[in-house]
Amino acid sequence: MTAQLSSAAGESLYPRLEPLLAQVQKPIQYVGGELNAQVKPWADADVHWALMYPDAYEVGLPNQGLMILYEVLNERPDALAERTYAVWPDLATLMRENGVPQFTVDGHRSVRDFDLLGVSFATELGYTNLLEALDLAGVPIHAIARDETHPVVVAGGHAAFNPEPVADFVDCAVLGDGEQAVGDITDVVKAWKAQGRPGGRVELLARLARVDGVYVPRFYAVGYGDDGAIAGVARTRDDVPAKVGKRTVMDLDEWPYPKTPLVPLAESVHERMSVEIFRGCTRGCRFCQAGMITRPVRERTITGIGSMVEQGLKATGYEEVGLLSLSSADHSEIAQVAKELADRYEGTNTGLSLPSTRVDAFNVTLANELSRNGRRSGLTFAPEGGSERIRRVINKTVSKEDLVRTVTAAYANGWTQVKLYFMCGLPTETDEDVLEIADLAVEVIRAGREASGRKDIRCTVSIGGFVPKPHTPFQWASQASAETIDHRLRVLRQKINEDRRIGRSIGLRYHDGKPGVIEGLLSRGDRRVGRVIERVWREGGKFDGWSEHFSYDRWVAAAAEELAPFGVDLDWYTTRERTEHEILPWDHLDSGLDKEWLWEDWQEALNEEEVADCRWTPCYDCGVCPTMGTEIQIGPTGRSLLPLTVV
Amino acid sequence: MARQPDGPPPPPTVQKLRIRYAKRGRLRFASHRDLARAIERALRRAQVPMAFSAGFSPHPKISYLGAAPTGAASEAEYLEIGLAERRDPEAVRAALDAALPEDVAVLECVEAGEGTGSLADRIDAAVWRVELPGVRLEELAPALEKFLAADVVTVAKRTKNGLKDIDARVAVAGASAAEGAGCAILHMVVRQVTPAVRPDDVLAALVAVADLRPPLPPRAVREAQGRLDDSGTVADPLGPDRAAGIPVPGAHAPV
Repeated sequence: MTAQLSSAAGESLYPRLEPLLAQVQKPIQYVGGELNAQVKPWADADVHWALMYPDAYEVGLPNQGLMILYEVLNERPDALAERTYAVWPDLATLMRENGVPQFTVDGHRSVRDFDLLGVSFATELGYTNLLEALDLAGVPIHAIARDETHPVVVAGGHAAFNPEPVADFVDCAVLGDGEQAVGDITDVVKAWKAQGRPGGRVELLARLARVDGVYVPRFYAVGYGDDGAIAGVARTRDDVPAKVGKRTVMDLDEWPYPKTPLVPLAESVHERMSVEIFRGCTRGCRFCQAGMITRPVRERTITGIGSMVEQGLKATGYEEVGLLSLSSADHSEIAQVAKELADRYEGTNTGLSLPSTRVDAFNVTLANELSRNGRRSGLTFAPEGGSERIRRVINKTVSKEDLVRTVTAAYANGWTQVKLYFMCGLPTETDEDVLEIADLAVEVIRAGREASGRKDIRCTVSIGGFVPKPHTPFQWASQASAETIDHRLRVLRQKINEDRRIGRSIGLRYHDGKPGVIEGLLSRGDRRVGRVIERVWREGGKFDGWSEHFSYDRWVAAAAEELAPFGVDLDWYTTRERTEHEILPWDHLDSGLDKEWLWEDWQEALNEEEVADCRWTPCYDCGVCPTMGTEIQIGPTGRSLLPLTVV
Repeated sequence: MARQPDGPPPPPTVQKLRIRYAKRGRLRFASHRDLARAIERALRRAQVPMAFSAGFSPHPKISYLGAAPTGAASEAEYLEIGLAERRDPEAVRAALDAALPEDVAVLECVEAGEGTGSLADRIDAAVWRVELPGVRLEELAPALEKFLAADVVTVAKRTKNGLKDIDARVAVAGASAAEGAGCAILHMVVRQVTPAVRPDDVLAALVAVADLRPPLPPRAVREAQGRLDDSGTVADPLGPDRAAGIPVPGAHAPV
C-alpha cells in the first residue's frame, strides 16, 4: 500500500508532485493544461469521474473514446470528469517514496477521491497497468475489498466485451457505446449519494447492474467442470439480468463529440484531430472483433462531418484531419466528403487522411483529394491475408490482380511509399499462404517500377500474429503458437531477401509471436486468468504493450503456477480449438451476434466461403439489429458542403 | 531530380517577425519540441498568414533560437517567423498570445529590421536566476565564492553519447548570491559555449567545489538573452530591429 498523507477531497496534489517532476523523463505529460482541457470546481459536481486510459499519456491522450466521454460528462452541470494515465515507472517509484497517489492530469486530484474510475481497455495488455494505478491510488485491487468510500471501477472499451479476466478487479463493465451509458450511471450514483448511500456499495452495484449495458461480475457465479471448461454461469441475485446486452448509440449526428478535441503539448502517437465518420462495420472480416461488436453501421452525414471538421480545426489548430472509422472509404458519400472538404480548405495546408482503407474501396481520385491541401504521406492497405485462399477464409476477399493494380496505380500517381498490413497465424494457414506475401510484394514492386518509371519506390510489409477474439467467428479457433508464428516470419523474410534487386525495395516489419500469445490468454480468458494477471503485476509487470517492459517469461511462469491448481494451462486458453457447445466465458455478455450464426460463419470460413456485406445485399441474420432494436443508418443524403464564409 | 508537387510554388515570405516569449509555471516542464508544436498550432488558430516551404511536405517558416532546457522557466525565448502577407506585429503578438496556453506569454513582436543582420548573431549569453529552496544564503555565498575563484571546475554532463566531462566555470561571466523567501537565489550570466553549460551544470559544479546539495529541486528562470558587452550586461537582441524604426504598416498594406 502507498503511504498517504491526508488531504481534503478534490484538493490539488500539484505542489507535492512538482518537485518529483524535475526528476523524471518527459515531465510535460503529467502537468495537464492541454488546450481544451477542463478543470471544474470539485464542489460544483455531485458525481466525480476519473477517466483512465491504462497506457502512457502519449498513447492515451489521443484516444477518441475517452475524449468523447470526457466532454459528454463535463457538459453535465452535475458531473465532473478528469483524466488519468499510466505513470511511467520512474515517476511511480518517486510517488511511492513520497506518498503521492495516482492523480488526474486536469486538477491533479487524487483518483481515490472520485466516485467512479472509468477505464477504457482498447487492448488487454493494459490490465497490469490497471492494477498498478489502483495500487498507486490507494484503492484495493480486489473489488470485493473496497468499501463505499472507494471509487467504483468501471471497465469499458472493446476488451470489456470479455471482462472476465479482470472480473475480480473491476466493479462493473459497460458493453458497447459509452455516450449514453455514462449518463445513466451518473444518474444512479447521484441518486444513491443524495439518498445517503443506502445499502452501501453492494446496493449501489445492484442498482448499476440494472442499468442497460452494465455488467457487475460479482453478481454472477461461474462454475467449472472436470474438463476445465465452464460448466455454467448463474446469477446470484434475481434483480440483475441473466444476459447483459451492449449499448448502441443511434444517429451519430446527435453526438458530435469530441467538439473541442484535446491538444497536448507533449508529443502523442496521433498528431492530428479525428472525426469519426461512421461507427460499426459489416464487411464481415472474421478476425475483426471491432467489426463484429460494433454493428450495425451508423454513418455520420456529410454535413455532420463538415461541421465537426470546421469546429475541430478552429478549436485545435491541427493541420491534419483523420476521417476515422473501421473502413473509411466505405462511407456512402466518401468521394463528396473528400472533395468538398478539400475545396473548403484549399490553400490552407490542411491535410485529410483515411487511417483505414480497403483495397477494393480505394481509388486514386479519392487519394488525390485527400492530399490536395496537405502533405502526401504514404498509403496503407490491409490485405491481412497473403493468399487468395486465406483471404476467403477471413472473408476479406480481394484478388491478387486487384491488389497489384491498385497499388501500382498509387505508384503511377506519385506515391512512393505503400504499406501493406498482414496477419500471420490465421486459421487453416500454412507456410505457403504466408510465403505468398513475398510474391505479392515482389509483384507490386515490379509493376510499380514499370508504371512509375522510378526505381526508388518502396513497399513496407507489416505483419503481426493473429489473436482470436471473443464475439467473432474465430472465437473457437486454435491460436497459432509463438513458434509457428516465428517460423513463418522467418521463412517469409528469407523469401523476400532471395532477390536482392527487388528485395531491397521491400521493408519487413514484424513482431515476434510471444506478446500475441499473452494477448490471446487475456482475450479469451476466464476469471481464473485474473490470478495470473495479479501475479505478474506483483512481480513487477506493467506496460505490457511495450517491448522493453513486456516479459514473456514472467507471464509464462505465472500462468503455469496460477493455472495448475485448476487443471488448465496457457495452451488450454490459446492453442486449443473449442467445440461448438463449450460455454465460452463471455456467453452471458451479449453483443447481439447470434452464437449459432457465429458458428455457421466459422464453418463457412473453414470451407473458404465468403459472406457479403449486408449494407448492399440482403440481411444474413447475424442477429444484431433485431436483438438490439437497431438498424443500418447509411446515406447517401445527397447534401453537400457549402464553402466556409471567410470572416 | 527531386519531384515537385503540381501547381504553383507557395507564396514567398514578405515579412519577417521576431518574437520574444516566456514559458512559465507548469509549462517549464515543456521541452523545446513540445513548445514548437504548440506554437505552430497556435499560429494556425490565430490565423497568422504563414509562409511555407515548398515541396510535398510544406512546413511553416519558423526558426527557433536556442531553447531553455526542459524544467527551466524563461522570460526570454526567441523565434522568427516568415509571413506570406504583411501584418501589424502587435496584432500578431496579441493573437498568438491569446492562442497559446496561459503559461506561454508572447511578450514582444517586432518586424525584422532591413539590414540589421540575423537574430542569432545578437545572442551569445543568458541571464539566469536560480532559486534554491531549502538552501540558506550563508550556504550558497561561500560555495559560489569558491566556484568563482577556481579557474576550471569539471563536471560530468549527460549527453547523447553518455557522460562527458565539461568545464562549467569557463562559461560563467559573472554570478552573485541573494536571499529569497525560503530559498537562496543564484544570479548569473552564462555565455553560450559548446558544449552548452546549463544551470544544472553550474549547480553540479557547486557540489564539486563545496558539496552544496540542495534538499529540493532548484527552479531556474532564464531572465534575458543577448550579446554580452564588456561591462557585463546583456543587450536586448530586438533593439536593432526597433531602432531600424520601420513605421508600422496597416494590416492590409498592398504587397
